[in-house]
Amino acid sequence: MNRLAVELPGLSLKNPIMPASGCFGFGREYAKFYDLSVLGAIMIKATTLEARFGNPTPRVAETPSGMLNAIGLQNPGIDKVLAEELPWLAQYDVPIIANIAGSTVEEYVEVAKRISKAPNVHALELNISCPNVKKGGIAFGTVPEVAAELTRAVKEVSAVPVYVKLSPNVTNIVAMAKAIEQAGADGLTMINTLLGMRIDVKTAKPILANVTGGLSGPAIKPIALRMIYEVSQAVSLPIIGMGGIQSAEDVIEFFYAGASAVAIGTAHFIDPYVCPNVIRDLPPLLDELGIQHISECTGRSWNNGQTVYCGA
Amino acid sequence: MKEHMTIISNRQIAKGIYELTLASSLVQRMHTPGQFVHVKVATFAPLLRRPLSLCDINHEAGECTIVYRAEGTGTTLLSQKQPGETLDVLGPLGNGFPLSALSSGQRALLVGGGIGVPPLYELAKQLVKNGVCVTIVLGFQTKDVVFYEERFASFGKTYVATADGSYGMKGFVTDVIEHHALSFDVLYACGPKPMLKALQQQFPHKELYLSLEERMGCGVGACFACVCRVPHSETAYKKVCSDGPVFRAGEVVL
Ligand SMILES: Cc1cc2nc3c(=O)[nH]c(=O)nc-3n(C[C@H](O)[C@H](O)[C@H](O)COP(=O)(O)OP(=O)(O)OC[C@H]3O[C@@H](n4cnc5c(N)ncnc54)[C@H](O)[C@@H]3O)c2cc1C
Ligand SMILES: Cc1cc2nc3c(=O)[nH]c(=O)nc-3n(C[C@H](O)[C@H](O)[C@H](O)COP(=O)(O)O)c2cc1C
Ligand code: FES
Repeated sequence: MNRLAVELPGLSLKNPIMPASGCFGFGREYAKFYDLSVLGAIMIKATTLEARFGNPTPRVAETPSGMLNAIGLQNPGIDKVLAEELPWLAQYDVPIIANIAGSTVEEYVEVAKRISKAPNVHALELNISCPNVKKGGIAFGTVPEVAAELTRAVKEVSAVPVYVKLSPNVTNIVAMAKAIEQAGADGLTMINTLLGMRIDVKTAKPILANVTGGLSGPAIKPIALRMIYEVSQAVSLPIIGMGGIQSAEDVIEFFYAGASAVAIGTAHFIDPYVCPNVIRDLPPLLDELGIQHISECTGRSWNNGQTVYCGA
Repeated sequence: MKEHMTIISNRQIAKGIYELTLASSLVQRMHTPGQFVHVKVATFAPLLRRPLSLCDINHEAGECTIVYRAEGTGTTLLSQKQPGETLDVLGPLGNGFPLSALSSGQRALLVGGGIGVPPLYELAKQLVKNGVCVTIVLGFQTKDVVFYEERFASFGKTYVATADGSYGMKGFVTDVIEHHALSFDVLYACGPKPMLKALQQQFPHKELYLSLEERMGCGVGACFACVCRVPHSETAYKKVCSDGPVFRAGEVVL
């Protein structure tokens, strides 16, 4: 028995560990460090219809136990991702979760339609933290009705299951999750980064050229855990959890909160080998905890040991 | 690519400037001047690694040297490390200065500004080994922070300028080059962006290689933190960490 294997809509994962979108590019850089086939899945960098340059630099700033980023969705555009990146990734035995972004519902729909047909794309992850240019730049992910409409539109055209990535920059994450569930999403991923900023003490100017950026890393772990704890009890969709994960212990904590798999982002910048190390460390940790299969951990902090989500 | 290196020494060589010597088998993978290492200064805080250039590579001793300025949290913590302690080092990373640009008997001008001086040391060493004639121009803010002048002098004629005139010629590196009418086949430079820009303007038709700095996340090309623009394009880019940090003048927008 593979005690780390997890079944989720569209995804048969050999283990529940995957790099988070935007922190792993399209895999090429980390393939120099280890065989990408050891990963449960890979969430690739957000893809938009056209190539985007993104924001001016500085794009990153450090914070206590975390970092701010304002990359601005830089990516080569869907044509290049379909022609070059996905075929290159196909040499590895690893399902791809395609993170998609856009400025309008139409752009998301177009990207979803095309990218979901790539043979190694097993699921989509809708990045709804992007500003909606037709609605005055308010992020899709901050108004439940808008997020639901987007989910419905993408669900209609996608050839693979659709996971929606929740933004933590909302007052009521549970209402958002419920609206997305009703709109037909197959799963949730959470959390995206928290909006923040830093100011240079010497110059009195914001450090990021974009002024604000998204906070990630260990600093956001308690927030991610709280949100997953709340959402997993309110909806019946599987959750891929993320936010500050660095170790096998962190992974178990996310499962206890209600996650069925996890993604690791910022920790790659500290240790390129973080994913293989966590995968290696999980079985001995399960032994120590007296747990047979990792899925038994999902929701343990609130369900007294019953398995809540047992696969697709 | 990632190892715990042992600190052999870590000493102050000028005001706020430290010379750190590290040893481990990782040194055998270090070859090109201008490449950098991504250093984890402490286990928890600060979280991110710090990019620092290789200043000297010594394969026989199995040691490499880094020269850094203690200014922020990370480099100040680094300056407190003692010999015998270990450091988590990722590298060598990036593409360094192209040595093949010059053959024996040709002339190189090496221009360093402030904490951009260190990578030029290994470069000078390797160029001289290849029989290239090396001239060096170093610019600093003030007398207290001048370092490595004599060491560079062993490779070729070395000029020093300070912005406040407290040591060497008063002015910038570009003033020194103009004043002495220094000529060259290839110019290699590392230092603050205004200095690199000034050099590019001073020699629009020459072969220049410039080493850039940018705030980094991953250091390996995955996160898009460190990009710079490519001339005449809306979307084209280069990553300082993996396409650079050394670029040919004109290759990227400064
Ligand atoms: C390719 C490359 C090679 C370098 N080589 C050297 C060297 O040989 N010697 C040396 O003294 N310095 C070098 N630097 C600059 C050095 O990385 C910064 O001085 C250092 O990161 C500052 O860290 P801190 O914690 O002291 O400062 P803080 O201001 O506390 O750092 C906060 C954050 O900003 C980043 N940061 C701050 N200044 C810079 C900078 N100038 N460039 C890039 N990131 C910065 C830090 O890495 C960190 O993420 C190099 C930079 C690059 C990109
Ligand atoms: C540099 C950087 C780039 C990111 N880019 C994306 C992106 O393109 N799409 C997306 O949905 N999330 C993106 N994220 C968010 C991460 O996928 C993840 O949700 C978040 O960082 C929390 O996880 P962590 O703390 O493990 O990094 C990015 C994060 C970072 C740090
Ligand atoms: S630092 Fe991540 S791409 Fe250069």
